[in-house]
Amino acid sequence: MKARVHVMLKDGVLDPQGEAVRHALGAMGFDGIEGVRQGKVIELDLADGTSEDRVAEMCERLLANTVIESYRIEVL
Amino acid sequence: MRAAVIVFPGSNCDRDLAVALRAAGIETEMVWHKDTSLPEGIDLVGVPGGFSYGDYLRCGAIAATSPVIRAVKAHADRGGYVLGVCNGFQILTETGMLPGALLRNAGLKYICRTVPLVVGTEDSVFTSAYATGEELQIPIAHHDGNYIADAETLSRLAGEDRVAFTYGDNPNGSVHDIAGILSENRRILGMMPHPERAADPGHGGTDGKRLFAHLAETLATA
Repeated sequence: MKARVHVMLKDGVLDPQGEAVRHALGAMGFDGIEGVRQGKVIELDLADGTSEDRVAEMCERLLANTVIESYRIEVL
Repeated sequence: MRAAVIVFPGSNCDRDLAVALRAAGIETEMVWHKDTSLPEGIDLVGVPGGFSYGDYLRCGAIAATSPVIRAVKAHADRGGYVLGVCNGFQILTETGMLPGALLRNAGLKYICRTVPLVVGTEDSVFTSAYATGEELQIPIAHHDGNYIADAETLSRLAGEDRVAFTYGDNPNGSVHDIAGILSENRRILGMMPHPERAADPGHGGTDGKRLFAHLAETLATA
């Protein structure tokens, strides 16, 4: 089985990289971009039967820093 | 007194930190990240700057899971002293030994220059060589030094007088200009600036030297 973990900076945490992307898109002539947030996607190849709770534990302990980041788990 | 400096793959200020500690008369050993224990009789653990594990995932995140960190935590739990500089500060926040986190610099640039640093409190073994409010000149060299913490943590840090250093001219967007913080028992200091790079006249400044000299003096008699 596979799981995909989406890690994003929490709302309210300034994302300077996202801001830089937004400025670059604006400079290229793309209008109407009100915000860009940049995150990461981590794909896990897991033994069948691995529980989502187990993946959540991985997120809490390593994959996300929950001080600044939130995560969402997608089991594929 | 005796110190241990942890060496991670990608550490690059480990030797500088050891040189500064030894110059202050502190017997210093290097400890590999895969070691599961610290040498006997260690008073201070130095967590050095650099790019441990290539900054993969997040700065300090992988180092925080390395075997030696369990020993460093046990040392801290026993009331041992820990000094984390730059990547060392990032690692200490990733382990949860210090609150908050370090984000990418607000200006997105890696910044390497000497900056004015204001002593936030002289109430710690690391900062008592200085006077609260004193301005120092200490180099910074980081890409991810933008300190952030939630409002509750920030008010605790302020209320408990745990902000060790602030920037005189905030270079990286850190909230409340925070450059370094202390743990609740004041025995763990994490700071982005590099006192070990201002510890010899050949460095162009010696404002960091007093930190090490005073550590040596205080812990020798402790």
